[in-house]
Amino acid sequence: MSQTVHSSGDHQPDENRRDFLTLATTAVGVVGTGVALWPFVDSMNPSKDVLALASVEVSLSNIPVGQAVKVMWRGKPVFIRHRTEREINEAEEVALNELVDPQSDEARVEKKEWLIVVGVCTHLGCIPMGTATGEARGDFDGWYCPCHGSHYDTSGRIRKGPAPKNLEVPTYTFLTDTTVKIG
Amino acid sequence: MSAPVWNNKVVKWVDDRLPVFTMLHHSAYEYPTPKNLSYMWNFGSLAGFVLVTMILTGIFLVMNYTPHADMAFWSVERIMRDVNYGWLIRYIHMNGASMFFICVYIHIFRGLYYGSYKAPREVLWWIGILILLAMMATAFMGYVLPWGQMSFWGATVITNLFSAFPIIGDPLVTWLWGGFSVDNPTLNRFFSLHYLMPFVILGLVVLHVWALHSVRSNNPTGVEIKTPQDAIPFHPYYTIKDLFGMGVFLIFFMFFVFFAPDFFGEPDNYIPANPLVTPPHIVPEWYFLPFYAILRSIDFTVFGIPAKLLGVLAMFASIIVLFVIPWLDTSKVRSSKFRPVYKWFFLILFIDCFVLGYCGKKAPDDYFMGIEGLKVIVVGQLATLYYFAHFLVVMPIVGKLERPKPLPTSISESVLKEGANA
Ligand code: HEM
Ligand code: FES
Repeated sequence: MSQTVHSSGDHQPDENRRDFLTLATTAVGVVGTGVALWPFVDSMNPSKDVLALASVEVSLSNIPVGQAVKVMWRGKPVFIRHRTEREINEAEEVALNELVDPQSDEARVEKKEWLIVVGVCTHLGCIPMGTATGEARGDFDGWYCPCHGSHYDTSGRIRKGPAPKNLEVPTYTFLTDTTVKIG
Repeated sequence: MSAPVWNNKVVKWVDDRLPVFTMLHHSAYEYPTPKNLSYMWNFGSLAGFVLVTMILTGIFLVMNYTPHADMAFWSVERIMRDVNYGWLIRYIHMNGASMFFICVYIHIFRGLYYGSYKAPREVLWWIGILILLAMMATAFMGYVLPWGQMSFWGATVITNLFSAFPIIGDPLVTWLWGGFSVDNPTLNRFFSLHYLMPFVILGLVVLHVWALHSVRSNNPTGVEIKTPQDAIPFHPYYTIKDLFGMGVFLIFFMFFVFFAPDFFGEPDNYIPANPLVTPPHIVPEWYFLPFYAILRSIDFTVFGIPAKLLGVLAMFASIIVLFVIPWLDTSKVRSSKFRPVYKWFFLILFIDCFVLGYCGKKAPDDYFMGIEGLKVIVVGQLATLYYFAHFLVVMPIVGKLERPKPLPTSISESVLKEGANA
């Protein structure tokens, strides 16, 4: 490089060298700043203790047919509904092309009589009504979100209103016939 | 204007090393202010006064407030019941937030009516909008701190807006929360930022005033200062007028603090936050209602963009559009006083914002003012349409077609003429 500088006799190569140094310094500076910023950004993500609270066990033995309960999981409610024969049929009989977010009922349950979904409206996060007996269940017998009027069916699928997706199904396993582990 | 000569030795000694006195003298005595400013020009200094009030009351609240999900609600109740004058400090802070928005909204409409956003005041206008955005963030996070039902569910609904963005949406919301729902980590970071943001606003206010002092105040005629006859020094003429306005404003402010402290609030916020039960009707604070109405009015999909995302984009766009109005307004005349056509559109915009506010308050399926068959959501959609049309269509077109009334040759002339007519 220094060869060229001397032999060519004009200042062009020297300026190229400066440009290169400026660019390289800027690049290192930008990357360095990014690297230094990351710990601060990441510190705002869920911490280890928050992640550790990731599962709960629930006993199902005292939920009669036709009723539902709310349990807390990761700071949000999970709805567990002991579905009646009629509710199961309703959920299974809908044609998939009628659905906003098409998903069959089988794909959403492990055991037909137990529907387990995260009780958070997929619109803006309110808790839909319909779990406690006597609460409005909306036009499709499942849940009704009062915040902006979303209706969910007996499989927790969105049927009407602004919510874009079905109620989320959490990962869960049946430990016995009457206990389930969520998360 | 020459630099002042300081007779006091101490003042001179300091001023030679750090010219604070020269600076103050320059901005109070030498700063030429149009002599025809109306009471509409009081709201800037009032907003500044409220900002200082918020910072002071906030600092004293923090001395007794506990930012923890289990204790926040009860620490605020303790402030109300047990801390000496705690109720007063909290009520000033709570109502102060509303007063701040009242002042700033009047201040903004003043700017819109008198064309204060036009050259050479674009940057001044921009900083103003940044202040508005920062205020919104501050008030939103402050409202979460007492950890009542509205705090919790307001925070949930608003942070969930960000989930509308494709791909990055969900991780972004988890990051904002520091967990899988609004919870203690969320409360802690909101507290930290709620303490920080007012000082950011203070910095922006300094830039705002700096910009003001280099482009000078606009005035009701929209005609710039041309000769020294058009201007008077800021002090004592406007310091006294601002002080008088502050007295009147304090009567208004303190009326709410002492006689109707919960007028602007929601009773549900006196119920401790419960993550398992959503209140039947979630409404934001009044100052967010027009934006909330715009958000909700989009319940349809366009070009495959889901309604949820469109609503969020429309809501942000309703403020972003204010940044470009210096170029959307094609009229050569600043003040709407001399714009016989635009004046009426301005009035429609003003009413439109109240209509939006009303729609934001009601449930989408309610009837508008009880009129059978007229759903709130539909009115909200029309009002949203007008809001954007006003800036994007009316401003450019009316500015071109309208024939303005003749402008006074100077501020002095207009003052003398109005005096003669009176
Ligand atoms: C731009 C200025 C500010 C605005 C617009 C603002 C707004 C708010 C609002 C709307 C609330 C909720 C009031 C309620 O319903 O109880 C609040 C609460 C609170 N703010 Fe501020 N604030 C500002 C500045 C500050 C500052 C500078 C501090 C701290 C130094 C502070 C500390 C607090 C505390 C501790 C609370 C919780 C206690 C309570 O709810 O009364 N604020 N703020
Ligand atoms: S949050 Fe459920 S409909 Fe909006």
